[in-house]
Amino acid sequence: MSVQAAARLRGKDLVGIDPLSAGEIQLLLDTAEQMRDIAARPIKKVPALRGKTVVNLFFEASTRTRFSFEVAEKRLSADSLNFAAAASSVSKGETLIDTALNLEAMQPDFIVLRHQYAGAPHQLARILKSSVINAGDGAHEHPTQALLDALTIRLKRGSLEGLVVAIVGDLQHSRVVRSNILLLSRMGAKVRVAGPPSLIPPGMGEMGCEVYGRMEDAIAGADVVMMLRIQLERQGRMNFPTVREYYDFFALTPERLKLARKDCLVMHPGPMNRGVEIDSRVADGPQSVILEQVTNGVAVRMAVLYLLAGGHGEPTAD
Amino acid sequence: MSRLLIKHARVVDPSQRLDEGLDILVADGKIARLAERIDDREATVLDGTGLVAAPGFVDLHVHLREPGFEYKETVATGTAAAVAGGFTAVCCMPNTEPVNDGAAVTEFIRARAAEAGLARVYPIGAVSKNLEGTELAEMGEMVRAGAVAFSDDGKPVQNAYLMRRALEYAQLFDVPVVDHCEDRDLAAKGVMHEGAVSTRLGLRGMPAAAEEVMAARDCVLAELTGGRVHVAHVSTRGALERVHEAKGRGVAVSCEVTPHHLALTDQAVADSEYDTDTKMNPPLRSAEHVDALLHGVLDGTVDCLATDHAPHHADEKALEFDLAPFGVVGLETAVPVTYDLLVRRHKLPLRLYVALWSTNPARLFRLPGGTLKVGSPADVTLLDLEARTTVNPDRFRSASRNTPFAGQRLKGWPAATVVGGKVVWRRDRK
Repeated sequence: MSVQAAARLRGKDLVGIDPLSAGEIQLLLDTAEQMRDIAARPIKKVPALRGKTVVNLFFEASTRTRFSFEVAEKRLSADSLNFAAAASSVSKGETLIDTALNLEAMQPDFIVLRHQYAGAPHQLARILKSSVINAGDGAHEHPTQALLDALTIRLKRGSLEGLVVAIVGDLQHSRVVRSNILLLSRMGAKVRVAGPPSLIPPGMGEMGCEVYGRMEDAIAGADVVMMLRIQLERQGRMNFPTVREYYDFFALTPERLKLARKDCLVMHPGPMNRGVEIDSRVADGPQSVILEQVTNGVAVRMAVLYLLAGGHGEPTAD
Repeated sequence: MSRLLIKHARVVDPSQRLDEGLDILVADGKIARLAERIDDREATVLDGTGLVAAPGFVDLHVHLREPGFEYKETVATGTAAAVAGGFTAVCCMPNTEPVNDGAAVTEFIRARAAEAGLARVYPIGAVSKNLEGTELAEMGEMVRAGAVAFSDDGKPVQNAYLMRRALEYAQLFDVPVVDHCEDRDLAAKGVMHEGAVSTRLGLRGMPAAAEEVMAARDCVLAELTGGRVHVAHVSTRGALERVHEAKGRGVAVSCEVTPHHLALTDQAVADSEYDTDTKMNPPLRSAEHVDALLHGVLDGTVDCLATDHAPHHADEKALEFDLAPFGVVGLETAVPVTYDLLVRRHKLPLRLYVALWSTNPARLFRLPGGTLKVGSPADVTLLDLEARTTVNPDRFRSASRNTPFAGQRLKGWPAATVVGGKVVWRRDRK
């Protein structure tokens, strides 16, 4: 499979991986790779977004993603504003749409939205003139996470094509798995997912992956194993019995990792539950690229902002 | 009293197996005569040339929202929407505020309907007090006040013991119990149909099984008690199969299907990118379920159509998909959506189509109407099968606009509505 890089992104927004073509994904990754160089310079800043305003509108607590966007915005010289809000409803104060319209009245160029409900970015993108960037919506998508994961793999392996990527954990509640299935399958990787059958939503295979119950079957011979955070806070006690038993069947331990290829990369979107879905010996081991994912997150978010602002080619340092 | 003469219409009346060009004379609010040619100089003439005259359409399932939620709809606006949609009678659900669980609210609704003077309104009383699912409501006094059926629609009865007793007690009045079949634990706060589309959209799904286990329970209880169960808005293949089997054993169970569950699939949620006007309960189902419903309508397993007209204010619908209320309006789009789909595309005979909207629902709830026999109430729905119009919510009479059909161009619209011999609505001709 050869993917022609697109010259630019088609839409004004990034609401998910789903609307992107393989060419657009390639363009984003190529641009992100160039953005990495900026962080290596003595002055980690380019004027590409000088005079642009970015609102980081976070309805859900997030440290890593918000910081990553903020760093990206600062490195591109944009002006950032952070707005932490509680979930909205008619009965409880201002609605999402009113909040967004009020912010838009201050004429920002971007709204980076993190929201606990799926589809919120689409609803805003429809009515706002600003570019809406999805920083995670419910259990739907987290496109910049999938892009940074892809960039991390690509930097280690040169290409995504033909790689076997196993993603393990709570598939039902994960937006990371959805964006990753869409992106990796679109770029020619072979995606396998595994998790407790009580946390596998119906029809997930139709998104472009093979679905397994037993983790061992999914990671056998894999080039990449990506562990998902088990979201204890999002579910009661009916979906799986205990953390203890979860570790027993679904944690990435050194023994299980041996089933994968010898040079298999170990990834995790964070924050990790050490000793639950991942053993510290693996998380901190030589195959782990977990902290590189974080570094690449900044580059990917710079690329998204830069391309949505209409940039192309290499951002120059003036 | 004045007389009305409907001239030159094609009269389609399933109750008399009629489908021919006839004049209809109405006197004192009743059908006085049907004949090939009637002349009456004193009668007001309604020219039915090019139109179909059918027994007044009856909608067994609407939410008029009054008392309590007048910002969504009132009896006046809801019945205005009804007659503009070709309906001469509607049955309204009890999930108002206060709940219609006693004679006072039943009488209030009927008084409001009489003031509006448009469609007939038959209230459906609550099965349980305040829809709480724990104590039976005073069904007898509600029947005396005009209630025609009982339902905890909106907050369906979870307790099988209560449902059993309701089915037994309702037999005293020969009225059906209408159930919104949903096992709330299985539905698990889902906001759309559980399947590949909900998975992709990251929305919590309600499995078809949540409806099917309750439909099965109700069929078993109807058989146990001999009571009449009417399954509201059937939306899954399995629920329809349970109803079909029970009917085969002679159990007194009937069911309705809504226009939106026939015309749309869960893909509409994805295609509209989380438009909350695609959110209702039961949810839009996947194609296999929709196909089963369509077959059920065509082969007669489905007894009737009903809208589940559920108006909500635009402010409430302008929320995140998870937070927006369930429900869509349906009265003003039901006829064209179903005519276009069932008769034009799937070649359902017109007589059967008319029966699904009039004769059958009237019979199920023992309502006057559903026929144009001489002596019956002069409730007539006139249809223009050639009219082709685009659905424009700005022109709705309903106080709400939450339709998933906006912008659809459909053929076959109501042309005029006659209730008790009075022309209560006529379509503007442009």
